[in-house]
Amino acid sequence: MRIACPYCGLRDSSEFNYGGDAERIRPDLSETDPEPWLAYVYERNNPRGPHREFWHHLHGCRQWLVVTRDTATHEISDVAMARDAMRARQSSGGRE
Amino acid sequence: MSGQSNRLAAGGRIDRVRQVGFRFDGKAYQGYAGDTLASALLANGVKLVGRSFKYHRPRGMLSAGVEEPTGLVTVRSGGRQEPNVPAPMAELYDGLVSRSQNAWPSPSFDILAINNLFKPFLSAGFYYKTFMGPTRKSWMLFEPFIRKAAGLGVAATAPDPDRYEKVNAFTDVLVIGSGPAGLSAALAAGRAGARVILAEQMPGLGGALLDEPAGNPSDLWLKAVVAELESLPNVRLMPRTTVFGQFDGGTFGLVERVADHKAEPDSHEPRQRYIVLRASRVVIAAGAIERPIPFGNNDRPGVMLAGAVRSYLNRYAVIAGRKAVVFTSNDSAYRAAFDLKAAGAQVTVVDARPLDAAAIKRIESKGVQVHAGHAVAEAVGGKAVSGAVVAPFDIATGRCTGGFTRLACDLIAVSGGWDPQLHLATHKGGARPAWNETLHCLVPAGEGAIEHHAGAMRGSFGSAAAVAQGFAAGTEAAQKAGATGSSGSAPISDDLPSGELGQGFAAVFDVPPPHGLREQKRFIDLQNDVSASDVKLAHLEGYVSVEHLKRYTTLGMATEQGKTSNVIALAQMAKLRGLDIPQVGTTGWRPPYTPVALATLAGHETDNHVKPVRRTPFHAWNEKAGCVFLDTGLWKRAWYFPQGSEDVNAAYRRETKAVRETVGVVDVSTLGKIDVQGPDAAEFLNRVYVNGWKNLEVGKARYGIMLREDGFIFDDGTTSRLAEDHYFLTTTTAEAAKVMSHLEWLLQTAWPDLKVHVTSVTDQWGGVAVAGPNARKLLADCVADIDMSNDAFPFMGVRVGSGHGSVPLRIHRISFSGELAYEVFTPSGYGSALMDLLMAKGKAHGLVLYGVEALGALRIEKGHVAGNEIDGRTTLEDLGLAKMASTKKPYVGSVLRNRPAMQSEDRQRLVGLRPVDRKARIRPGMILQPHGGPHQGHGLGHVTSTTYSPQLGHSIALGLCKGGMSNEGQVIDAVFPLQGDVVPVEIVSPHFFDHEGKRLHG
Amino acid sequence: MTHYSVFSVVRNALTGNRGWSRAWRDPEPRPEYDVIIIGSGHGLATAYYLAKEHGIRNVAVLDKGWLGGGNIGRNTTIVRSNYALDGNTQFYEWAMKLWEGLSHDLNYNVMMSHRGVFNLAHTPAQYDAFARRGNWMRLNGIDAELYNREETLKHLPYVNPSKDFRFPVYGSLCQWRGGTARHDAVAWGYARAADRLGVDIIQNCEVTDFLRDVSGSVVGVQTSRGPIRAKKVGMAIAGNSTLLAEKAGIRLPIESHVLQAFVSEPIKPLVDHVVTFGAGHFYVSQSDKGGLVFGGDPDGYNSYAQRGNLPTVEHVITEGKALVPAIARVRLVRQWGGIMDMSMDGTPIICRSPVDGLYINAGWCYGGFKATPGSGWCFAWTIAKDEPHEYNKKFTLERFREGRPIDEKGQGPTPYWH
Repeated sequence: MRIACPYCGLRDSSEFNYGGDAERIRPDLSETDPEPWLAYVYERNNPRGPHREFWHHLHGCRQWLVVTRDTATHEISDVAMARDAMRARQSSGGRE
Repeated sequence: MSGQSNRLAAGGRIDRVRQVGFRFDGKAYQGYAGDTLASALLANGVKLVGRSFKYHRPRGMLSAGVEEPTGLVTVRSGGRQEPNVPAPMAELYDGLVSRSQNAWPSPSFDILAINNLFKPFLSAGFYYKTFMGPTRKSWMLFEPFIRKAAGLGVAATAPDPDRYEKVNAFTDVLVIGSGPAGLSAALAAGRAGARVILAEQMPGLGGALLDEPAGNPSDLWLKAVVAELESLPNVRLMPRTTVFGQFDGGTFGLVERVADHKAEPDSHEPRQRYIVLRASRVVIAAGAIERPIPFGNNDRPGVMLAGAVRSYLNRYAVIAGRKAVVFTSNDSAYRAAFDLKAAGAQVTVVDARPLDAAAIKRIESKGVQVHAGHAVAEAVGGKAVSGAVVAPFDIATGRCTGGFTRLACDLIAVSGGWDPQLHLATHKGGARPAWNETLHCLVPAGEGAIEHHAGAMRGSFGSAAAVAQGFAAGTEAAQKAGATGSSGSAPISDDLPSGELGQGFAAVFDVPPPHGLREQKRFIDLQNDVSASDVKLAHLEGYVSVEHLKRYTTLGMATEQGKTSNVIALAQMAKLRGLDIPQVGTTGWRPPYTPVALATLAGHETDNHVKPVRRTPFHAWNEKAGCVFLDTGLWKRAWYFPQGSEDVNAAYRRETKAVRETVGVVDVSTLGKIDVQGPDAAEFLNRVYVNGWKNLEVGKARYGIMLREDGFIFDDGTTSRLAEDHYFLTTTTAEAAKVMSHLEWLLQTAWPDLKVHVTSVTDQWGGVAVAGPNARKLLADCVADIDMSNDAFPFMGVRVGSGHGSVPLRIHRISFSGELAYEVFTPSGYGSALMDLLMAKGKAHGLVLYGVEALGALRIEKGHVAGNEIDGRTTLEDLGLAKMASTKKPYVGSVLRNRPAMQSEDRQRLVGLRPVDRKARIRPGMILQPHGGPHQGHGLGHVTSTTYSPQLGHSIALGLCKGGMSNEGQVIDAVFPLQGDVVPVEIVSPHFFDHEGKRLHG
Repeated sequence: MTHYSVFSVVRNALTGNRGWSRAWRDPEPRPEYDVIIIGSGHGLATAYYLAKEHGIRNVAVLDKGWLGGGNIGRNTTIVRSNYALDGNTQFYEWAMKLWEGLSHDLNYNVMMSHRGVFNLAHTPAQYDAFARRGNWMRLNGIDAELYNREETLKHLPYVNPSKDFRFPVYGSLCQWRGGTARHDAVAWGYARAADRLGVDIIQNCEVTDFLRDVSGSVVGVQTSRGPIRAKKVGMAIAGNSTLLAEKAGIRLPIESHVLQAFVSEPIKPLVDHVVTFGAGHFYVSQSDKGGLVFGGDPDGYNSYAQRGNLPTVEHVITEGKALVPAIARVRLVRQWGGIMDMSMDGTPIICRSPVDGLYINAGWCYGGFKATPGSGWCFAWTIAKDEPHEYNKKFTLERFREGRPIDEKGQGPTPYWH
């Protein structure tokens, strides 16, 4: 598998660490209700098909990425910087 | 050459000038350079090369390639001994030593051939039905015998002396196969300017063209195309290279057999090279493999694939038989028949198809007899074929229709059609292959995203079509890979072989015996001894899905993975079930295409290179001081510094005592170190640690604890504030990498607006702890510009300065040992300079070196928790650290740590333990159980860390125990049932020594 | 139905092996059952114990493909009960006890080979942790032996004895009752035995949804072969659990990951035990046919593709060759992937679901094969009695909410690290 890191270019997946579901919503730190925290920590999207997921370019630029990858074929259709993706989500009120 | 009775006087593609000597089963033979072991054995008249897996039946060569199921031998010896080598794939070299397998004492007289008599009992799945009684563990009695009888060759017994290499490579177009299709594809892509790698598993380029008689006009075509390819700098031709797998993202696994054709690799060479190739496009032109036809005793040495017979004849000038019966269901076998005839053999063709008169005339005009509408029903002979039983055959019913006759022969050449090599095209899943009703074979259902298919692998069995398809595929592949040059025109030529009879393909997947002929085994998977009767039995018992059939009978599970057997079994099962072949389904192929040596995939990362070694900046220095190292993750940590004949126990007790009495220095460089900078750094730390960080002054350090998102303890460490916006964060050795990733994760995904940057500086800074009553005096002698006095540099203070000799220093006054102590960090390059300085000044202060064993003893005496306690399952409450957690702010894990079960008083919590009998030893790994028993189940908890305390003069321990310190003073038992040890222990405070902490403030 | 024994094998051999009957029937689904079990791995064991232990015989096992085609047929066949944590220890030991009599119980030789499972330790700290685990095992009535370096190397002459090895062997923990079993035979044996007790095994029948009544309770399943009603529905489809649970509105704390396994060409006996490398992740045994069967870490990303990639291949084989140098020139013949239900604490889930009528057996990570008998037995109990047995009462869904994870590796909610 190869991931096109926006900084480093097309690199082998062995340079990256996986970070799981990128659509789970991390509650605001001030959130005191355990429910959203439980959902965030334990419940993940696990689709057969396109999956938005975090990858960390550990042996490269050390940026966290949001990769869209099909879990049935391993084909990657999109890669974005996690920082940008998360900012966009936060400015849209937590949901995309 | 004497002995090479089956070698023709002329012809072939061998080098007759270079004679090569080799051995098989102890006997010396001669062959030529360019031979394979198989061709050389056949040249010498050796047809019987081993015994089969289950029935120990005599077996010879079936094929001339990677599909070889039976001609498996062990080659070389000692550390280079290699079992299960297909003889057709072993290139001959002078001095090659080979042995038969699965035969004792020899293939021609094999004791276990007695199994053949029991074959009715050894039917598919028989072991599932028996070996069960009389006891519950009966299988254990039978298994050793079965295991010994099974298996093929014997693995090497000495270490492999050869080297292996791994290479990463990139290309625009990968071409797999060098037949007419592959060569044309490479030519088209190469001319267009694409970077091309062409991989060919055999030693020579040309694929099926090399099966043509040497000197055939097709040699001219081949020579011209290869010459042009060699002239293109962007094309790399790689013979002896197998593409064994297709993986995601255009990744391919290749094995280049660099030196297997030599006695041993040259000094600069690896034996094999593992290449991870990333290609934009791939042209799969892997050809096709001939399919046999099952008939009675079709496993006898001398029953061979027709194409292989032709291959031995035209590549190696070896005639596999002088009196041949060629049994076929398609036109291709006639090439073998005609070439055999031309080489002087007597040839009779048995063709299952009814042939038209013109075809028969054409065949007979070549001096070849033909029985159209007939089949070979049985091979006659024991250790070699001596005849063929032939009967009229009806293709529609798949049955023999009349009386049989016997033809004398010493070779039966078979062709049941051709199976395209779909292996690599199915590795990535996708559409299952489709059944072609005309060709009676599976063809690709479509091309994968980056794939182009050409030639026989997609069912185009003629050379001209292969060239056209290959060229078109290569052109398109190059374009899609971004090449812009012109491919010119395809190298179509009249020199290419042609001349089919035009009689089409017939489907013959089984020849049951004609009436009156006793039924014999009709083998499908010749290596695993799976026959038509096994398929029938599987059907009878309901193992009818393809996967059940394979698994129940072991069909297709052999070293060649069913290359010559899968389709036949599929067809037989379809017939038994009354279904069409596509309805039965097919199973996909799994990598590797052909077996790959494990050493090759391991590459150079082996033995002591299996994982990298991490050394601290003080490593060399420690080594010189006689240090014994301890593996901790990838690190080599200083464990202890023995003096004289000291073992670890003696050494750490001495080292511990010295730290308590004078001063010691220990290498703590393996701690994770993270540089945290930015205007929001304080806010960031405040969020990741459970305790508060906003009020930490510049020049001060603080101990902090991080939780995981789920509220359990993640890590701890000391972090100092070097400037308003600059912190130096330390982590434990074990969790350093994870903490770093976690911090980056939070900054980039949770709080992208915080202005903070984190950088791992673990390898950039070395660190030592200087601990003991004389620590201040020692450091005062070492530093140039730091006031070390207690007032100027109080506990938890941080100072930046330098030591004598301009050694840059970052000093934290913190203590893990409980003594007056400092952690002194210096840039890695100054490691030796710092140690030299400390040692030079240390003599006067009684300085000793200590290691992590003593460090552990010191921290246990103080009740400081470490990795044994922070084990990923403990909470702040468990370790008595809850009071550190701020109630004024949220932090990572602050909500979920309050889940009910995590706050339960029932949990096991940190305690100190000391033996009631002070001479007794609390051992690591002990379990805490009620005093006096019963000792059963998980008990009260467990011992986490133990040491002998030189200060107290007895064994002490930390543990996790139900009820924690509320049971202080109680006696419980620490037990070690593995060795029958029970030690009554008293629950005491985990702070065994200097409870008030006077020493560290001293 | 033929009883299997040496006598039946001989009798049939003498009559041309024509007297054997189907190992299991191939029935059409009936409109309604007492219990439907989805999945023919642990599901077959569940159906067998429902019929045998609880007298519930009006049971159907549904599989979307061929029987035993999930993870029960795609693993490295290791059986052991050497777990440390309370809950796991007792459960896996109960499974082990069932393994010990399984061939007799099923009248099908599953080739349970108690050849010994060795966990190698390479540092004193690891040795101590193994000692702790071994002590817990002993205290729970499980066999365990702690061996030092010399003893270990004596038992395992094929393991790299070099002191120069990057991670020299320090010692080991061995469970002699552990070993291997023939994975397909386990599926087939349970299928045949369940079939004999009246269970309908229905292949090529994919469940696409649940049937619900007005109260929302599950009252059956919608399948590729039509609706089938049932009083209770149990799902045991590790690898695909979350996809189906979602149809019932349940989000499981599980991710699907690919784990690769490997087999070498057959060689004469070399590796006589199950051995795990402690300074990485590699485990190996040798099948009765002679192939070395081995594996390592999962690839580490969500996948349903049943195939992995080269970095993991290299990691696994690098460690394997370093540990057992004699395999250097032995060749790999096949590599494949299974899809694992990786739970958030590395421990399975066997419980009633939050939806009435639906029962969940999931989250096996890559330890499901060894659990098969115990999993089926406990799941059957839970379905039959509507409450968990003592052995599986900790394997709840609620444990995550309550803060009671059973985290053998101490890795927290990062599924691919378990």
